[in-house]
Amino acid sequence: MATIARELPEVEVEPVDYLNVEHGWKSWLFTTDHKRIAFLYLISITLMFFVGGAMAVLFRINLLEPEGIFSPEVYNRLFSMHGIVMVFFFLVPSIPATLANFLIPIMIGAKDLAFPRINLLSWYIYVVGALFTLYAVIRGGVDTGWTFYTPYSSTFANSYVLAAAVGVFISGFSSILTGLNFIVTVHKMRAPGMTWSRLPLFVWSNYATGLIQVLGTPVIAITLLLLAFERVARVGIFDPDIGGDPILFQHLFWFYSHPAVYIMILPGMGVISEIMACFCQKRVFGYNFVAFSSMAIAVLSFVVWGHHMFVTGESLYLAVAFSFLTFMVAVPSAIKVFNWTATMYKGSVSFDTPMLYALGFIGLFTIGGLTGLHLATLGTDVATHGTYFVVAHFHYVMVGGMVMAFLGGLHFWWPKITGRMYPEGWSKFASLIIFIGFNLTFFPQFILGYLGMPRRYQSYPPEFQALNVLSSAGASILGIGYLIPMIYFTWSMFKGPKAGNNPWNAAGLEWQIQSPPTTFNFDTTPVVKEEAYNYGPLEDVVG
Amino acid sequence: MWADSLVLAQLSLFPELASKEGANIDALYWFINIICIVMTVLIFFAIAFFAYKYRRRPHVEAMQIEGSTKLELTWSILPFLVMLIMFAWGAQAYYAAQQPPRNAMEVFVTGKQWMWKVQYPNGGSEINELHVPMNQPVKLTMASEDVIHSFSIPSFRVRHDVVPGHYDSLWFTPSKPGRYRLFCTEYCGLLHSKMVGWVNVMEEREYAEWMSGGGTGGSLSQQGETLFAQYGCSTCHLNDQQGRCPVLRGLYNKPVQLANGQTVLADDAYLRESILEPNAKIAAGFEPNIMPNFKGQISEQNVIQLIAYIKSLAPSQPASQQGPQQAPVVIAPRAQGNNRAGAAQQR
Repeated sequence: MATIARELPEVEVEPVDYLNVEHGWKSWLFTTDHKRIAFLYLISITLMFFVGGAMAVLFRINLLEPEGIFSPEVYNRLFSMHGIVMVFFFLVPSIPATLANFLIPIMIGAKDLAFPRINLLSWYIYVVGALFTLYAVIRGGVDTGWTFYTPYSSTFANSYVLAAAVGVFISGFSSILTGLNFIVTVHKMRAPGMTWSRLPLFVWSNYATGLIQVLGTPVIAITLLLLAFERVARVGIFDPDIGGDPILFQHLFWFYSHPAVYIMILPGMGVISEIMACFCQKRVFGYNFVAFSSMAIAVLSFVVWGHHMFVTGESLYLAVAFSFLTFMVAVPSAIKVFNWTATMYKGSVSFDTPMLYALGFIGLFTIGGLTGLHLATLGTDVATHGTYFVVAHFHYVMVGGMVMAFLGGLHFWWPKITGRMYPEGWSKFASLIIFIGFNLTFFPQFILGYLGMPRRYQSYPPEFQALNVLSSAGASILGIGYLIPMIYFTWSMFKGPKAGNNPWNAAGLEWQIQSPPTTFNFDTTPVVKEEAYNYGPLEDVVG
Repeated sequence: MWADSLVLAQLSLFPELASKEGANIDALYWFINIICIVMTVLIFFAIAFFAYKYRRRPHVEAMQIEGSTKLELTWSILPFLVMLIMFAWGAQAYYAAQQPPRNAMEVFVTGKQWMWKVQYPNGGSEINELHVPMNQPVKLTMASEDVIHSFSIPSFRVRHDVVPGHYDSLWFTPSKPGRYRLFCTEYCGLLHSKMVGWVNVMEEREYAEWMSGGGTGGSLSQQGETLFAQYGCSTCHLNDQQGRCPVLRGLYNKPVQLANGQTVLADDAYLRESILEPNAKIAAGFEPNIMPNFKGQISEQNVIQLIAYIKSLAPSQPASQQGPQQAPVVIAPRAQGNNRAGAAQQR
């Protein structure tokens, strides 16, 4: 009797949700539930993030001494694998494959993505691609940098270029399928009343990201295929010795890889819009402009690739055109920053952990974006190209921006994803550590860059040591900062206090349903009757 | 402890400036920096102010505001106008960097894994060291023997990739005597970080003395003349119209009529291509497939010597001077990739 009495309440208290509806490894590996797939992705990309991060810690240790600590062979492989793992296996899938995978169907009032099985397929493709790349790492790594520039990569490099390139090639299809799924889902699966102008900005930004993924990723696939042809069959495509053009590779590579920068940052911008609205309890200022700017970025991102090639001997007219277009793409990014700032005006601002990450994002993305001006400007790009200035710039955008947004989003939606809270004190502490560690790591690199320190150097002149030591010290703080959330999230998943359905008092369909959601998200299809971010009646005080 | 203070003593935050053109780049750099600092401070201040003023308080609700088209247009257009200044200024500096003055002294640089080879018109050469005189514009013509390198002198604020398969160039006017670092800034393999060296800027007189110490094998064009005979070029390229190949005397920097009807300028890039892959551009009135491909047979350094010799064949002018219509820097045509069966080389 006593045992039954103890068991019964537990069964009743625990409602069915997507996590407890089925158990066993099969229920995960064969699932078509977008939420479970998002969880699979979350585990995979977290693993890859720590693989890539460990490499960064190692090469930052090397850079403590001007002469280096590891051999050039080891160092070159460390920075190359760091770039490949972080770009293709963390940043590109980060928010789309996890948070957006989880949230897009819920935010638009759908039961799942348009193609649930393709969604699962994309995860398997990602895993196969990641395994190829990890195989390259274990066999001894690749030493071409993540950019695979020819003819070094196609003719000269004696490392596992093909295995790494095949890994990237394969993972590209995972990215294409995710993008395709989002585009179709947003077009076809919106609940009644969920018009385009009522879409949460997170959906807009991921929709724009999907367009880039579908249109851009095939180009990197083709490029890597051509690289493999040249490396294996000696077909002269990029190597001038057999009739190729090395600059052609750069055109093809950056035709994908510049838009890919926006694959990496646009979803983060979407997260920030959601967080700002919730923790200001207020509509996002200038919704139309923020939504439109995502689309403008997606379009313009395809016509700026030449700014990576200002010092290659690119034609003067081409360079001037690319410089101009690059300034154009700065405008929609600036619009977003101004609108997020304006969202705080007359808001009711609270400083929970997600908001701390969002404010950190705005600050770091502002610095990252503004230092892009030095690189868009032809004269100053020549002085800073290929130096640590560039490294600092894109880490401010990619790490200061995207990783901050990813962590902010994870903290924001964690109660929805797991139904549990994380320890607020620890999470605030970690966000502070990350912010300090980040700036200490990357700010000195701007100074190093204009001083002339080249990227990808295993050893460097002694006058650069002080700044490098600062940067390495920052990297160790940053590394600890990233470990803390990993630990308390794992704890929270099993032991965290129950969160309730809407702990932040947020608007949006995802907060109207159970935490964690049931397999099909909604019991009945919701009918949407209001704008996004309906935190109260609109007061038409337009300034 | 002393090691730490030693490290700090060497801390520098801004690079020395040692070229005339670099002043413009520095001014532009600071212009952008100031704009960046102003914008960052504005945004940080606004966030801090709003965060304090509108912090959550009981019974105070947020005011729902849709937005403001006027504000949106203001913060789109105003920054864009400021960015147009950066754009125009930057484009001007970039354009200027591609227009070497006519009196520029020419030095040849060849990059290969993992060293820089420097050749002077007087025939002297050195490795990972470049000597240049003060106040004299210097134009570097650069080639790569293998992969892409990038030649960078931070104190001059100059940099240009050195792409295999064609010539690249950059120029500067040294303005301060001293020793400055040069780097390879395009990742080029194992010892990329060792592909470094020094630029030595010398007073004019000192430089003349240093130069007179020059090469032992004669001037660069004399070295080229020796090669010209050695490779048998002189058997066909005769100095009269009887040869099976074009006359080279007076050719440099003159337009050449091609068999396909096009006209090209006989500049360094054209001469280089015509030595390595003669069939890529056949001069009008001559047959293809007469001259052998020298691709893979002649090093870039020897090509530079041969070109110096061809340049010296200008009958009406002293050898050191360049043609009258100094063309703007021409972006070297990329390899055409035709007519080269059998030229493929396995490494």
